[in-house]
Amino acid sequence: MSTATFRIWRGERGDGRFEDYPTTVSEGMVVLDAVHQIQSDQANDLACRWNCKAGKCGSCSAEINGKPRLMCMTRLNELDLERPVTIEPMRAFPHVRDLVTDVSWNFRVKQKIQKFTPTAPHAADGTWRMQQRDIDRVQEFRKCIECFLCQDVCHVLRDHQLHDEFVGPRFLVHIAALEMHPLDTADRTAELREAHGVGYCNITKCCTTVCPESIAITDNAIIPLKERVVDRYYDPLKALVRLVRGGTKGESRAT
Amino acid sequence: MAYAPLPIAPRRFGETMRTDAWWIQPAVIFLLFSAFIVYSTWAALQGNHYTYGPYLSPFYSPELFGDSPHAWFGAKPGWWPSWLLFSPAILILWAPGGFRFTCYYYRGAYYKSFWADPPNCAVGEPRSSYLGERYFPLIFQNIHRFFLYLALVFLVFLAHDVWQALWFTDAAGHRSFGIGVGTLVLAANTTLLGGYTLGCHSLRHMVGGILDRIAERPVRRAMYDCSSCLNRNHMQWARLSLVMVMFADLYIRLCSMGIWTDWRLL
Repeated sequence: MSTATFRIWRGERGDGRFEDYPTTVSEGMVVLDAVHQIQSDQANDLACRWNCKAGKCGSCSAEINGKPRLMCMTRLNELDLERPVTIEPMRAFPHVRDLVTDVSWNFRVKQKIQKFTPTAPHAADGTWRMQQRDIDRVQEFRKCIECFLCQDVCHVLRDHQLHDEFVGPRFLVHIAALEMHPLDTADRTAELREAHGVGYCNITKCCTTVCPESIAITDNAIIPLKERVVDRYYDPLKALVRLVRGGTKGESRAT
Repeated sequence: MAYAPLPIAPRRFGETMRTDAWWIQPAVIFLLFSAFIVYSTWAALQGNHYTYGPYLSPFYSPELFGDSPHAWFGAKPGWWPSWLLFSPAILILWAPGGFRFTCYYYRGAYYKSFWADPPNCAVGEPRSSYLGERYFPLIFQNIHRFFLYLALVFLVFLAHDVWQALWFTDAAGHRSFGIGVGTLVLAANTTLLGGYTLGCHSLRHMVGGILDRIAERPVRRAMYDCSSCLNRNHMQWARLSLVMVMFADLYIRLCSMGIWTDWRLL
């Protein structure tokens, strides 16, 4: 048993300050354990969102020593406990209280994205057939737990606050999961370029770095979507091919 | 209870709660890229010491016009303005340069290191305005795939240079097979450039990424898998090939100047 100091952001609606809480720590503890201990012993009114404590619900997102992380997946032995460990709420969303932010903007954004639109069933019994190889790619995107750490670290949202023009990495992953699905027929390329603002991403890969599910957000979702936009809008050779072949949806739906 | 006041607002330039040395990575990249820009510009403008025996510097390949035996169309063309500095490298270096400049890896790296947009993840930026790659001028980054087409052609030329580097001419004018350290340097350079180019995100997209149903297309599936395999380490390929192309030019330059000796291994 030893003592460590946790410097936790306290306040409401963006107005607040850091407060230091020294507490005992032991082997195997994670940051969320320490926060719960402080909540129990020193600050009963400390607001903190959490649920599964297993890195699967995405509720306990915060900034620990300046890095967006899940509190339940950050072990204390990864941190320098000789110095105070800072814990702040995510900065890309409106602050509610202490470590809690209002992430409802994300849910409103999701509603604006074209839903999964499957092709007609392949069999008379109303079922579809697809090959595992084709579904493997989108399977990676389905690992997302919607912790919104990628949204928090994205400088387009965090620093430039372009929430009205850019959906952020989480929803580009969601769109990639739909767009690359072998059964989906909807075409989201125009929306990607305009309403969803994929062009705002400047590929810093911060979203990939903080993803607790290790989804290769930039390489496997955002850049392929950018390339699909290039196919449609910035490639005269592709435009010529489309003119000759007919149609506007490009090659991606071809079997 | 101690207090450390801090408002929740966009951070100022360089401001962060990160406790690690976040500035090291962008600083190292800044120095590496700056060294490459300075050296490659200097080397390209020299117009000499770019060949040694069967070796041709990758900065000068393909040599369209020039004084060396590697030149395709002979000496400097008559239509070249007399007031304009001539170097065979000037004619071709824009293509691989454009490929690297518009590469997805390099874009992310130099936006951080040279433009602090952002300086690093979760670190405050110097500017509040932001256009990204959605508007002019960075919307032109979308031409990356056209530079890719050129880079693929350049790979063929560089592979041909490695083949040429296997054939040495002696004092009597006889041509014989051999391997020198320079041969290995050029082969390593072409291999690294190959790994970098064939793992390009645009190529990965074009060979198979564009397809939502790839299982039924075995050839494209194989190409996509190969490109994806290289793409997973695209950053490493990009950095290593950058250093190697610089070293290959330096090696040939110093051998040509008589400072280094090219050892024959075979």
